[in-house]
Amino acid sequence: MIDSLYRDLIIDHYKFPRNFRRIESATVVKEGDNPLCGDKITLYLKVENGKVVDVSFEGSGCAISQASTSLLTETVKGKQVEEIKCIVGEFLAMLTEGKQPSVDLGKLLALEGVKNYPMRVKCATLGWHTLEQALKEIG
Amino acid sequence: MLYDVYKEFPLIYRNRGSLVYLDNAASTQKPSIVIEALADFYFESYANVHRGIYKLAEKATALYEEAREKIAWFIGGRKEEVVFVRGTTEGINLLAYTLSSRLSAGDEIVISVMEHHSNFVPWQIVTSMRSLNLKVVDITEEGDLDWKDFENKITEKTKVVAITHLSNVLGTLNDIRKVVEIAHSVGAVVIVDGAQAVARLKVDVEELGCDFYTFSGHKMYGPMGIGVLWGRYELLEELPPWQGGGEMIEKVTVYNTSFRKPPHRFEAGTPNVAGAVALSKAVDFISSVGIDNIEAQEDELVSYILERFGELRWVSVVGSPKVRKGVVSFTVDGVHPHDVATILGNDGIAIRAGHHCAQPLMDRLSLSATSRISLGCYNTKDEIDMFFKSLENVRKVFA
Repeated sequence: MIDSLYRDLIIDHYKFPRNFRRIESATVVKEGDNPLCGDKITLYLKVENGKVVDVSFEGSGCAISQASTSLLTETVKGKQVEEIKCIVGEFLAMLTEGKQPSVDLGKLLALEGVKNYPMRVKCATLGWHTLEQALKEIG
Repeated sequence: MLYDVYKEFPLIYRNRGSLVYLDNAASTQKPSIVIEALADFYFESYANVHRGIYKLAEKATALYEEAREKIAWFIGGRKEEVVFVRGTTEGINLLAYTLSSRLSAGDEIVISVMEHHSNFVPWQIVTSMRSLNLKVVDITEEGDLDWKDFENKITEKTKVVAITHLSNVLGTLNDIRKVVEIAHSVGAVVIVDGAQAVARLKVDVEELGCDFYTFSGHKMYGPMGIGVLWGRYELLEELPPWQGGGEMIEKVTVYNTSFRKPPHRFEAGTPNVAGAVALSKAVDFISSVGIDNIEAQEDELVSYILERFGELRWVSVVGSPKVRKGVVSFTVDGVHPHDVATILGNDGIAIRAGHHCAQPLMDRLSLSATSRISLGCYNTKDEIDMFFKSLENVRKVFA
């Protein structure tokens, strides 16, 4: 049962986070945290003509929060902002409302097991809520 | 070892083998005698207290006042010195508001960095309201009170010293008699947060020499929503009321009220009578097991836990206080405490992970969170072995 939460992919992204760096020329930089657990992330987005051309993050916290944000960067890189908004919505609905995603979430499905651990959902959604805020700033 | 005590706790007994409850610093489970006392009160003796003239009201009032007497006996105080509150948090808030109302700008309140938020936040609120100074005593690298710093922070302006008896994170048992000696030398009153201590070792307020001692029922095998504030009678007598309402008055006219003497002065409104009665049964339970026996068993398990942790190079124990009681915080290399708690929880091992309502202490230790084992009288060596077996799973998952 615990394996459905800590999938190999999650552990791998926790130990070796992808796009873990700062982007000096970022269009928007957004911080997010879960003060109660101490999970913290800073998300960097570089957007050109409605497309996220580069994305990265820095942060510290539990495996779920860091792996989820690492997977986020892999997912949204190179995609149009509108498409990303749709993915964010589907991902959050999967974890918070238990909805079946209507688009293919690919590797993100590795995080589906988190929905069985209500206290940990906020860890998995931290990066995504931060992304939502960042996209609002872009307009 | 207290082999059979767990049988007194229905939730523990029924889940034996699938649940190892090691979060007793957050709240303890309840023995049957306490659960039954709650039900019995509502089945057999229910009425409001101190007002009715009929038999049932007399019975309820008698039970409530007997509970007060029992609790006074348990901590070595007098009946009229025991104020029923919701819990430690309310006890400290009551004192913060009433004591500070008599202080002047520039007066000092001294606490320590190992305090729970409940002994931090009320003081932050009242010191900013009344232009008082809040001073925070540091700890040593081992996690003991830094006595040198304590002596430096105490001045002629210090009016209140509020210190935990037993740290809910480090397990440090503070030398209250020494705190009292230093504080009283400048005429400051001493408040002790006894939330973690009262179910783990013999507490005698006269022996400690403190002025106020406060604790929660639910951390000493009693119900939630009831707690105790003990204070020296002559000090309670000087304090103004905190909340106004029924129960705490002598005579009320349209514009004026005279207040009752302590403890009733501080018990506005209908009290938690069922809670108080059941709490007195928790005292009976602790007394029947023997607080010294509980302490000895927890000491033995703490030594065993520390010994087992000592064998694991990937685990660090937080702090090494001179005297540790019942609580061990730890971190696992490369694994966040929440992940540790989730994996252990999946194996039925209930521990706490987080900042334990002690964020200033976490900052002082440069940690964002820790995992914590905290013992109760029903924990056994077998359960500690189950904990360590599950801890190996944490290693495996993150291997």
